[in-house]
Amino acid sequence: MASITLEGLKKTYTGDVQAVKGVDLEVRDGEFVVLVGPSGCGKSTLLRMVAGLETITEGTLKIGDRVVNKLEPAERDIAMVFQNYALYPHMTVYNNLAYGLKNRGFNKDEIEKRVQVAAKMLEIEEFLERKPRKLSGGQRQRVAMGRALVREPAAFLFDEPLSNLDAKLRVQMRVEIKQLQRRLKTTSLYVTHDQLEAMTLGDRLVVLNAGQIEQVGTPMEIYARPASMFVAGFIGSPAMNMLPVDYLNEQGANGLLDNLPDGTDIVGIRPDDMHLAPPSAPHLTVDSTLALFEAAGAESHLYVTLAHSDQPTVIRVSGQPPVAEGETLRFYVTRDALHPFNSTTGKRTGD
Amino acid sequence: MVENRPWANLFAHAVLMVGVALVVFPVYIAIVASTLAPDELMRGTIPLLPGGHGIENYTQMWQSGVSSANSPPAALMLWNSFVMAMAITVGKLFISLLSAFAIVYFRFRFRMFFFWLIFITLMLPVEVRIIPTFQVVADLNMLNSFAGLSIPLIASATATFLFRQFFMTVPEEMLEAARVDGAGPMKFFKDILLPLSVTNIAALFVIMFIYGWNQYLWPLLITTDPDYTTIVMGIQRMTSEENPQWHLVMAAVVMAALPPVLVILFMQRLFVKGLTETEK
Repeated sequence: MASITLEGLKKTYTGDVQAVKGVDLEVRDGEFVVLVGPSGCGKSTLLRMVAGLETITEGTLKIGDRVVNKLEPAERDIAMVFQNYALYPHMTVYNNLAYGLKNRGFNKDEIEKRVQVAAKMLEIEEFLERKPRKLSGGQRQRVAMGRALVREPAAFLFDEPLSNLDAKLRVQMRVEIKQLQRRLKTTSLYVTHDQLEAMTLGDRLVVLNAGQIEQVGTPMEIYARPASMFVAGFIGSPAMNMLPVDYLNEQGANGLLDNLPDGTDIVGIRPDDMHLAPPSAPHLTVDSTLALFEAAGAESHLYVTLAHSDQPTVIRVSGQPPVAEGETLRFYVTRDALHPFNSTTGKRTGD
Repeated sequence: MVENRPWANLFAHAVLMVGVALVVFPVYIAIVASTLAPDELMRGTIPLLPGGHGIENYTQMWQSGVSSANSPPAALMLWNSFVMAMAITVGKLFISLLSAFAIVYFRFRFRMFFFWLIFITLMLPVEVRIIPTFQVVADLNMLNSFAGLSIPLIASATATFLFRQFFMTVPEEMLEAARVDGAGPMKFFKDILLPLSVTNIAALFVIMFIYGWNQYLWPLLITTDPDYTTIVMGIQRMTSEENPQWHLVMAAVVMAALPPVLVILFMQRLFVKGLTETEK
């Protein structure tokens, strides 16, 4: 059990490519922190720097109270789960789990005990004598987790562990990882590009973009108050719609946009905050044409083109409203659903 | 096969049978000849059925050899060949595994330079460098020794290159997982890389063993002591006599052909095992 502290962590590759441009972050003891961002944002590099698989160009990395910048991965007291599992194909599941313990000089009884405990926890006891190739994707994933579990490390590092699984299994494993972490209370750092996975798993999210932290916060904080246009567009699906203030004023804002913070020239509206029926609260209205209707079971996505604008916009409504493609729709937005941004800085202007 | 064309089938089989016969017939003749009495072979037509002198011929070849041709007993020659071939094979595998490991997994200065250096030596067969190598071996007093027979043939660019290609296909995460699991470089090599390379090692073992077993020019150059005569040299000497004793030559030939066959049969199980079991 330990906290992980990153201070001004930078990674520069040869040729002056900056993958990580100074990251400060504290993962508290027992906390589950998810690093999320699009591919190439440096989240994996950051995780690998914590693991000790990439060297640290600049900055300090502490696990507990120990500065571990120069330590080998094995000396950092961490365990990692890889995206492609990286199980040893020639070893049985048992030996896969035991290998790290053997290298650390644990005696046979202790290894046996720990492997059995981990196997029981992950329900892989019956596969212990099999080779990894005889296991399904989900089972391999469990073995990979087991390999991290038996070590009882100070921290777990997950590098997109679910992205090789099919959608159904992914949800199931997601729940299991969460429950496991709750039970063990082991500090965890988890990398994913899937915002849904990030939202559901993390105690706190760290949204990364181009090697820098965009925002840190609990999932709901980030969802409710995205700090920048990037975060607003990245978290939430379908993505937040961005509409220029000038355009909305033309369409009939009812004076709703007059008290926006200074510098606001664009507002973000979540697809579920666009209503097809006028709410009782003061609201602004926009006319649009329905371009595509997408039924997704409990909810529907309406892809509309705004009147006098070619801006693509998505509306999410529950159920299946009686609308037809080509139809003109009027939607209503209340004041508290507006996220004000400045398009030059990309930052939130207040509220 | 979904097709049903009896004539095409028959034709294909006929061609295959002729092919097999072409390959097998000389071997059959060698075996038959090794069981005949000396005079039976001299009568013009070689009989196509085995004679009754097999045990006698093999025993003579095995125990006493052909002294008139300066050819020691086959037991000794086979042993010499076996030691030389094994030394070359094991040495080649050992060195090429380690050098491929170094080239793939370690970042050191001039890494690519060394790789190309090794690669370029692929183009130099033993025969090209035989005179300078002979000089070196002679200066090191290794003439007439197993060391002289095997060491100069051990360096292998081919095996190094093949292992390099194989190591590059092993996923990077395997190394990283091992590092997180606390395995140092040599431990990773021993525990992970070697077991994964079993198929390649078995294949190269066969190739290298046959290469070593069939060496002719090099042993001929550096050994003058009959105690170090290899079987290939011995057969050559026996056939260059004025009146070669063909029944004994053939007995030696059959014995010389056996070890490579045994090596292939033994290693074949490893190929099949390796091919079906390894998954990366």
